[in-house]
Amino acid sequence: MPIPVLMPALSPTMTEGNLARWLKAEGDNVGSGDIIAEIETDKATMEIEAVDDGIMGRILVADGAQGVAVNTPIALLLAEGEDASALEQSDAAEALNDESQTGGARSSPASTIAAPIEVAPTEIEYEGETAVMTVREALRDAMAEEMRSDDNVFLIGEEVAQYQGAYKVSQGLLDEFGAKRVIDTPITEHGFAGLGVGAAFTGLKPIVEFMTFNFAMQAIDHIINSAAKTLYMSGGQLGAPIVFRGPNGAASRVGAQHSQCYASWYAHCPGLKVVAPNSAADAKGLLKAAIRDPNPVIFLENELLYGVSSQVPVSGDFVVPLGKAKVVRVGTDITIAGFSIMVGKALEAAEILAEQGISVEVIDLRSLRPLDTETIIQSVRKTNRLVTLEEGWLFSGIGAEISARVTEQAFDWLDAPILRVGGADVPMPYAANLERLALPQVAEIVATIQSIA
Amino acid sequence: MASSGSATQKKRPKLASGRGTKRKLTRRNSPNSKTSAAPLVVGGNQALDFYRNMLLIRRFEEKAGQLYGMGLIGGFCHLYIGQEAVVVGMQSTLGEVDSVITAYRDHGHMLAAGMDPKGVMAELTGRRGGYSNGKGGSMHMFSKENRFFGGHGIVGANVSLGTGIAFANRYREDGGVCLTYFGDGASNQGQVAESFNMAALWGLPVVYVIENNRYGMGTSIERASAETELYLRGAANGIEGEAVDGMDVVAVAEAAEKAVSYARSGKGPYVLEMHTYRYRGHSMSDPAKYRSREEVQKIRTEKDPIQSYSDKLTANKLASTADLKAIDEEVKKTVQEAADFAQNSPEPDDSELYTDVYVAA
Repeated sequence: MPIPVLMPALSPTMTEGNLARWLKAEGDNVGSGDIIAEIETDKATMEIEAVDDGIMGRILVADGAQGVAVNTPIALLLAEGEDASALEQSDAAEALNDESQTGGARSSPASTIAAPIEVAPTEIEYEGETAVMTVREALRDAMAEEMRSDDNVFLIGEEVAQYQGAYKVSQGLLDEFGAKRVIDTPITEHGFAGLGVGAAFTGLKPIVEFMTFNFAMQAIDHIINSAAKTLYMSGGQLGAPIVFRGPNGAASRVGAQHSQCYASWYAHCPGLKVVAPNSAADAKGLLKAAIRDPNPVIFLENELLYGVSSQVPVSGDFVVPLGKAKVVRVGTDITIAGFSIMVGKALEAAEILAEQGISVEVIDLRSLRPLDTETIIQSVRKTNRLVTLEEGWLFSGIGAEISARVTEQAFDWLDAPILRVGGADVPMPYAANLERLALPQVAEIVATIQSIA
Repeated sequence: MASSGSATQKKRPKLASGRGTKRKLTRRNSPNSKTSAAPLVVGGNQALDFYRNMLLIRRFEEKAGQLYGMGLIGGFCHLYIGQEAVVVGMQSTLGEVDSVITAYRDHGHMLAAGMDPKGVMAELTGRRGGYSNGKGGSMHMFSKENRFFGGHGIVGANVSLGTGIAFANRYREDGGVCLTYFGDGASNQGQVAESFNMAALWGLPVVYVIENNRYGMGTSIERASAETELYLRGAANGIEGEAVDGMDVVAVAEAAEKAVSYARSGKGPYVLEMHTYRYRGHSMSDPAKYRSREEVQKIRTEKDPIQSYSDKLTANKLASTADLKAIDEEVKKTVQEAADFAQNSPEPDDSELYTDVYVAA
């Protein structure tokens, strides 16, 4: 049987890619380790190597094909001793295989690598010109615009310059702004976070990128003790106008040490502001506001959202104020408040519940400190029911804080207990099924809402 | 295989040049050696300024100790008595664009940076007239005007922060140098090594001043550091280092001049290890049982930075006993005024509790 060459997953979150070009033609000899094709992911162009020796029998996916799903066969290699007749046998076997799959009993491994990504809602109330772009591009544009307008703004972190960003968020910035303002650091989180805060004390406005917020635990002393507290300790003389940004929370099967939500950790601390956007427009508008803000801002991104596109205002003046939540779906029966990637899950749940006659109002918190309690309470006064949603652990979490505030300030408006949906109270497991169980899923959100609606 | 040079090798590995910079590691004027040979190079006003500034710190700290005993100063209070020559000698080389950052034994650094003793003492007493309006305390005091960036209570944190201030000097190309002080205890913190690496990598204008007073709280340097010659700590990154008699203000000033001009010229960071000694405990609540009374007494008698310096001034006829006496009186008066101010300044208004958490955006 010919050996199928499958579309490879080239990052933990890759679900599809483009076949840039083949470097082997049908009939060519292929040795194990030979580069046979170039694949474009959303982050980079990667070469793929043959794992087996053989002859390129048939190319199944042509040069330039877009959006090829991971694990799709892209070519067939003829093993030693096989000739073209083997390809025909293969075709027959494939036909049989297809029939067996239509029964739906078997799920391909590809389907568990990453769930489909929800498209975030557009900024419908914005009336200026917009363009479709990814969250990744929106973040890059926010930094570029602020760097153009203020020489004191610079970007520092691991792989932000020559590598163009570990997640390609800083793509192109080195070319435009040069090595003085886009600075690659050694792997030294504690050190470069402290260096950034020291520079901010003098009035510079660093954007410190953590490759992920998991690594910022090495630097948390500077974020809290040096950045958040100095304004107070100095009687208002000097503070730290600095942004700490990077991906937060679970990505896809990267295990316990790389999958954690830090929202409640940082939101706990006076002196810090904490934001976590979902849509591309908010990513841009909030990052611009964060860079302009004279206080230290924790900017929590999500790796799974980087490649999601939506409408983004084109104007350089577009800024989303920190501390303002947004009602992203209007409803009357129950309110659900979440942030970052969980907003998409909440919208999906709302859609399902609408079919059952339950009208759900969805709030994207956007900022976690300051927390827009007013918007939540206004909504609760209308719906009289509240569910909170977060990816992180519930203990002392954002939902716990919202629940306390609403109970304190709007107790009489509640017709049911406030319920919280969040991550399972365990370190993140690696196994695909367990990871899925550990993270809030749409079905759980639906069931939770149904229990009090 | 046996190395042909093994007979002459010392315990420490030989240091090779790195990054094309010729590294020089010198040790001079150890406080442990009987003959401190630094020449008395300063004369006139600077000679008397050294004396005045060291004495101001000594008297200020003694007064702070008294006020602590009276319950007027609370919390932690780390006195600088014994180490005065380090900060006074270092400060003599700094210009307007330069800045200073240190850890929690910081009152001397503030006075040397030109901060008002009244404001410093009133911060110690937690009063409205303090540099942080009473909200910072002994370990957290700042003066933007005097380019004094604190005052930091987390051991080693000030080293990364100071490296960042030097980064800003380089970014702005303003010719400034940041003096980053820390102790022998802090030198074992990981972020010190991280900062040294970045400073050397990017050639930042920072002078790291390690005040080696031989004890990190109650742990002697021998019990804490595998390599006790701290001026070598930058060597792995090609940073020049030098050990200096930190009890001799003139030796310190000379070393400072060299190190600061080196950093200012764009050659990168420099490490100065100051051999010094604190007479008091780590903080006011430390009984200092980890060292003998004799050890302290011996240093006070033989190496006291103020006594030895005033002896040299009079021996070299740079000052008369009457001149010094006049300075003593002037300093005493300044310190008393600071103490009075610190006791009479009101506590911060209750409304100050919620101010200065955020800058209005």
